[in-house]
Amino acid sequence: MEEAIEILQNGSYAKVLGGGHSLVPALKLRLNAPETLVDVTRIESLKGIAIEDGTLVIGAANTHHEIATSADVHNTLSFLAKGASAIGDVQVRNKGTIGGSIAHADPSADWPALLLAADASIVIQGADGTKTVAAQDFFTGFFSTILEESDIITQIRIPIPPEGTKSTYQKFVQPASRFAIVGCAAVKEPSGATRVAFAGVSDYAFRDEAVESASSSGASAEEAASKAAEGVSIMSDHYASEDYRKHLAKVYARRALVEVS
Amino acid sequence: MEIKISVNVNGKDYVREVEPRTLLVHFLRDTLRLTGTHIGCDTSSCGACTIHVDGIAVKSCTMLAVQADGSSITTIEGLAQGAELHPLQEGFKECHGLQCGFCTPGMIMTAADLLAKNPCPSESEIRHGLEGNFCRCTGYHNIVKAVQYAAEKMGNEVSA
Amino acid sequence: MSNKYIGKAVKRVEDKRFITGKGKYTDDMILPGQTYAYIIRSPYAHAKIKSIDISQALTAEGVVAVFTGDDIAQSGINGVPAGWQVNFKNGDIMKEPPHPLLVGTGSTVKHVGDAVAVVIAESKEIAADAAELVEIDYEVFDAVVNPADAVKDGAPLVHESAPNNIAFDWEIGNPKAEVDEAIANSHHVTSLEFVNQRMVPNPIEPRSAIGLYEPSSDRYTLYTSTQNPHLIRLLMCAFVLGIPEHKVRVVGPDVGGGFGSKIFHYTEEALVTWCSKQIERPVKWTSERSEAFITDAHGRDHVTHAEMGFDKDGNVTALRIKTFANLGAYLSTFAPAVPTYLHGTLLQGLYTTPKIHLDMTCAFTHTNAVDAYRGAGRPEATYLLERLMDLAAHEMGVDPVELRLKNFIPPFDGVNQPGYQTQVALQYDSGNYHEVLRRGVAMLGYEEFRKAQAEAAQSNKLLGVGFSTYIEACGIAPSAVVGALGARAGLYEVGQVRVQPTGKVSVYTGAHSHGQGHETTFAQVVADKLGIPLEDVEIHHGDTETVAFGMGTYGSRSLAVGGSAIVKSLEKIIEKGAKIAAHKLEANVDDLTFADGKYTVNGTDKSVAFGDVALTAYVPHNYPAGLEPGLDFSSFYDPANFTYPYGCHIAVVEVDKETGKVSLKRFIAVDDVGNVINPMIVDGQIHGGLAQGIGQALLEGAIFDENGQLINGSYMDYCMPRADDLPMFELDRTETPCPHNPLGVKGAGEAGCIGSTPAVVNAVLDALWSGGFGHVKDILMPTTPERVWRAMNS
Repeated sequence: MEEAIEILQNGSYAKVLGGGHSLVPALKLRLNAPETLVDVTRIESLKGIAIEDGTLVIGAANTHHEIATSADVHNTLSFLAKGASAIGDVQVRNKGTIGGSIAHADPSADWPALLLAADASIVIQGADGTKTVAAQDFFTGFFSTILEESDIITQIRIPIPPEGTKSTYQKFVQPASRFAIVGCAAVKEPSGATRVAFAGVSDYAFRDEAVESASSSGASAEEAASKAAEGVSIMSDHYASEDYRKHLAKVYARRALVEVS
Repeated sequence: MEIKISVNVNGKDYVREVEPRTLLVHFLRDTLRLTGTHIGCDTSSCGACTIHVDGIAVKSCTMLAVQADGSSITTIEGLAQGAELHPLQEGFKECHGLQCGFCTPGMIMTAADLLAKNPCPSESEIRHGLEGNFCRCTGYHNIVKAVQYAAEKMGNEVSA
Repeated sequence: MSNKYIGKAVKRVEDKRFITGKGKYTDDMILPGQTYAYIIRSPYAHAKIKSIDISQALTAEGVVAVFTGDDIAQSGINGVPAGWQVNFKNGDIMKEPPHPLLVGTGSTVKHVGDAVAVVIAESKEIAADAAELVEIDYEVFDAVVNPADAVKDGAPLVHESAPNNIAFDWEIGNPKAEVDEAIANSHHVTSLEFVNQRMVPNPIEPRSAIGLYEPSSDRYTLYTSTQNPHLIRLLMCAFVLGIPEHKVRVVGPDVGGGFGSKIFHYTEEALVTWCSKQIERPVKWTSERSEAFITDAHGRDHVTHAEMGFDKDGNVTALRIKTFANLGAYLSTFAPAVPTYLHGTLLQGLYTTPKIHLDMTCAFTHTNAVDAYRGAGRPEATYLLERLMDLAAHEMGVDPVELRLKNFIPPFDGVNQPGYQTQVALQYDSGNYHEVLRRGVAMLGYEEFRKAQAEAAQSNKLLGVGFSTYIEACGIAPSAVVGALGARAGLYEVGQVRVQPTGKVSVYTGAHSHGQGHETTFAQVVADKLGIPLEDVEIHHGDTETVAFGMGTYGSRSLAVGGSAIVKSLEKIIEKGAKIAAHKLEANVDDLTFADGKYTVNGTDKSVAFGDVALTAYVPHNYPAGLEPGLDFSSFYDPANFTYPYGCHIAVVEVDKETGKVSLKRFIAVDDVGNVINPMIVDGQIHGGLAQGIGQALLEGAIFDENGQLINGSYMDYCMPRADDLPMFELDRTETPCPHNPLGVKGAGEAGCIGSTPAVVNAVLDALWSGGFGHVKDILMPTTPERVWRAMNS
């Protein structure tokens, strides 16, 4: 770990390599050409999934498949397993890592929305030591995060919600890339407190506070979902235009809320 | 600059020097001349290059050869036990699960991963399990049947 | 003759190598001394090359050579030609602007991906690195990508020599005035403006070519991922490089799918061959997938306005069509034939339509070439007819099945009843079109379906059924006919059967297998005709050095034409064998019967095995006087007519009313491909065709922006069907023999792709109609969720 951080600090253009499913294709297409690659997936301290004092701890180098099939994840926050199993395809899930995915911060990736809805924290080790950042503060824009060049994500820490909490991830998939056109992660605690986050809709994953507050204060799924994706900039591409995406966000918010109600 | 790597491929140990930027699939095809693993795209989408690294299916076009240092690799060439075909290989032949044969090695390697994780998959689980592999010839119909054939055969072998 | 193999689901003999990783595709080869070519391509759709500076690249370590269009031009090399000439309505010859191997300084590139320079190096990485050192200065111009826009006044010109970007215009059918009148007098006219979108064939093996020049013999070898090595040799030698054909060997080894896109003679084939001469080392080029998207020929791309007239009883009275077809920037090998002779001639469909007229305008655009893609012209014809049929039924309030049955051509076998003469030049061979539709409808359970649909209409998941009945012209083609239509080659096939002295048989066919299973199907025919074990037969293909000649595989022609050529040679073998057998049996030739691998004197148990006859032919010690030794015949088979497979495809879809997402729930196909040699392989061909046709309806389609950039040119963006996008297919078939070829076969390669697309789109519309969206007449393909959602909310 220390060696990895040292290499990242030594001045050459270096990139951290996780599962490689975003970075390696970019290298192949010559869209990016770092001088140094630091493969962190064999660092033992970045591996492992455990429950510690009411917190689910996922090492950054765990693969999507490992998370999707983890008993600890299934027993505590099953929607993370569901979300993980909807990423890419089998081979991508076998190799791609949670840390790599959130560091890349693709607006259509599933993990950012899942972690936002889970109220996760992200542990980062860098030149100045270790810090823990709320997922809410981690994602800062289109493919951008607070990560510095020499930072390595080490862990994702997720508070295990109270008994009786329901959660889900509903994904409308882009059939070619298998990324989310719209992914809606929702968590509803027995108190009614609701967290709803979207992937694929805007420049980066976001918590939809209007939907959350409506749902938390007892609005029906339909009513709360009607407030989804208002007031945010919405992506548009050849597969889904802005207003269609917005429509889908509402449909998927409702479907997610119905599931957790 | 070349880096020395040691890999075990299909039961055989190799020590070779590779350029750090060499993709694992190029190492297998060009250096070891195991050309059964194919390249069908440049975006890690098609699955034609699927092999097993330490027992799990990965796209060898999305891994650097140096990342495989110390690994144990199985390619399509190493799947059969001598003259005896793997049940998936047999299934693909029996069920006409291939036409041009180009996607076939990757498809079989992915299916092997699927059956290792789920020995009795439903039709829908098979289709979902093969979502990372394109076939342009078969419409997948007979590939699904081939995997079912193999699952049945492997199941029978276990119970026998 | 025996009946051991024909008609049986014999497992494929070629599979062994493919399932064990022992296939040999072009890119698998590394020749001694091989170099690697990286082709620098235009990033612009329309631009003038002001200058090219290769000096830095030339001096980079590991670079062997860099060539530009200027080098090519200086060596007097022509561009690649079209293989088919279609004339304007007024008789003028089509515009055929040159298609250079590399575009030179001062010339204009005409599509994104147009080749500008080639870097040859010791490795592909070095070549790609050095390519970044080549500096090219472009002056960028406006582009045009849509064929209907391209022909408008003032549109950016692709070629100075083609005013209004028109390559040619063309028409077929009854006189336009008669059709206009029939439409005007119709009780009901169904009218539809639609787009048959551009498709990317996407065989999973990217194209690859290795040129090898051997100074010692002054000979060339080209290994290339092609569907027809002889045609490549002919075109490359005679039209491009000017090398004598006998100095060139072209090998199409194992080829990873083609679907039409590997028929054509591509510039890269000639380029690596030429480069290998310049540097006297082998040169390999293998396409990247992103490169394939912008250099492989695409398919379809029609913009159409069609009208179908009906009388008050629902009989079709007339069909009038205006279509703009996109040919891309250059005329590819088959391109002129696809929207014309392979399309217009199929507009009769299965119906007795008395008046038909197609007005076709074929346009150049700043996009890569458009040429044959599985079905080639016939899917476009079927889409047009079958969309009109279901829409007309909807508009007239009649059942789409009943409307078809009413308008079908009555059954005819082509033997006792004559072939059916269409209004658009063809004469159909044989068919019972009612039967395939009736069977399909029975498999569907039509009444139950309509009940389920009515229930679903109350929910958020609408159900729809779509019908499509099709006919295609396959087994291309009679040389005299296609010659009259502009083909610059004959379309016969060659089959050589060499019986070895031991009685084992080597067969050399000009057809080329890239997934079709010729090594099995052809062997089944040979084994049964000679009454020998399948293992005693080996099929060779794909090498101009071993196969005398051939026209390759496309247009569902391999068995109908290539198989028939083999049968002709088998007949010669059997006939000559009979003379040898008669000599050995001391009997009269006319008293012999050949069956189950032996010649038997009629009415006796005296016989001689085929193997003994073979040995005698090669050890002719005791031999008929005057008869040549040996047992080896070659035949050219030129078909008397096209073959006409037909069928009925039915799709059942579910439409999510909230999102517009379409799920294909069932797909039924009842096809008649004539006699069937290997039902397993035929079913496989149908499956694959269905997936591609369904892909067009639901998922696929190239999208160019106004600058000519292909915006979905990768597998991350271009949606091809994956395993979980498709259901298990429900297949049945009828077998109406083709009356004019010795095997009675019609061809199965394209059927699935021709019939399926409109069935799916019709099903989507039927679902919407059932859900109260009766106003929707059309949805652009692919029927993406957003398009369906918009249709419901329009």
